[in-house]
Amino acid sequence: MAKVLVVTSGKGGVGKTTSTAALGAGLAQMGEKVVVVDFDVGLRNLDLVMGAERRVVFDLINVVQGVAKLSQALIRDKRLENLWLLPASQTRDKDALTDEGVGRIIADLRTKFDWILCDSPAGIERGATLAMRYADEAVIVTNPEVSSVRDSDRIIGMLDSKTVKAERGERVEKHVLITRYDSARAARGEMLSIEDILEILATPLLGIIPESQDVLRASNVGSPVTLNNAASAPARAYVDAVRRLMGETVTMIVPVERKGLMNRLLGRRAA
Amino acid sequence: MMNLLRLISGRTASAPVARERLQILLAHERGLRGQPELLGLLRAEILAVVSRHVVLDPEKVIVRMERGKHVSTLEVDIEVPNGFERSLAAAAT
Repeated sequence: MAKVLVVTSGKGGVGKTTSTAALGAGLAQMGEKVVVVDFDVGLRNLDLVMGAERRVVFDLINVVQGVAKLSQALIRDKRLENLWLLPASQTRDKDALTDEGVGRIIADLRTKFDWILCDSPAGIERGATLAMRYADEAVIVTNPEVSSVRDSDRIIGMLDSKTVKAERGERVEKHVLITRYDSARAARGEMLSIEDILEILATPLLGIIPESQDVLRASNVGSPVTLNNAASAPARAYVDAVRRLMGETVTMIVPVERKGLMNRLLGRRAA
Repeated sequence: MMNLLRLISGRTASAPVARERLQILLAHERGLRGQPELLGLLRAEILAVVSRHVVLDPEKVIVRMERGKHVSTLEVDIEVPNGFERSLAAAAT
């Protein structure tokens, strides 16, 4: 049965789009049929992070308004044949999204895919509420930083009250994904620890993505982190998170950069 | 280990402060959740009752809830235009 998963956070710039691309590609690599849907109408970026920015013809709004068919707007990934992208509109504003229209598209996508990953815009307005509206599961992307944790708490409250599941008296299955984590700084007491964040948010942990240059490197070239350099620390962390989403039990570790002198020399040369 | 590192670096750990501030703030905000509707309702009803007797600028009616550890307070701030006694008198007749 298809699963609708929203990747959300409240706060901007914490890694929602990066995480949507990485988790989507990771699930597709496991053989699942996946579509990643960009809900950030007016400020789309998932196409860019996925490396499909020049292939966008129709978008989510066109489909909502009946200008294009869903099959015309879906873009198939060039690297993974079971990964698809439904881009957001760049020219329209978020008011062009309607609850009814989004509901119709999600229902249609459910018949075609195993996973529907909704990349939420920042904030708590229409785009964000519609991205989470039909979700079965939610990944709340959180940085170890006070403003991000506060916004995550707010979003958790909305997931528990404003979603279709919540209104039916059911629960959206929620997971916290901690990104940009620096274990050295956390050990020095300079950064909120994983335990602190989980205690405050009272939500289970999906994974810990370490702060890494590989994330920027991957977005520079338009490739999901898990595809760009599968051996990198963030890629391994995302793959672990994907396996947990698939129901596997994977020991929670923070992957570290392999930084031996030889590795460094080889890494540079290989890059 | 943490203390030793802190001693060497000469800095105090800021994470415990972050954690404490968040815990206090979120306890407060979670309490307020779902409240805006209540405040809006209170505001509308207070405005309706007072308007029956005094001519008011609806913009000048402020209803605020402050949550404390033991008691909470409901603050109602209504600005009444000068000469409202006249409108009172008019309403009485």
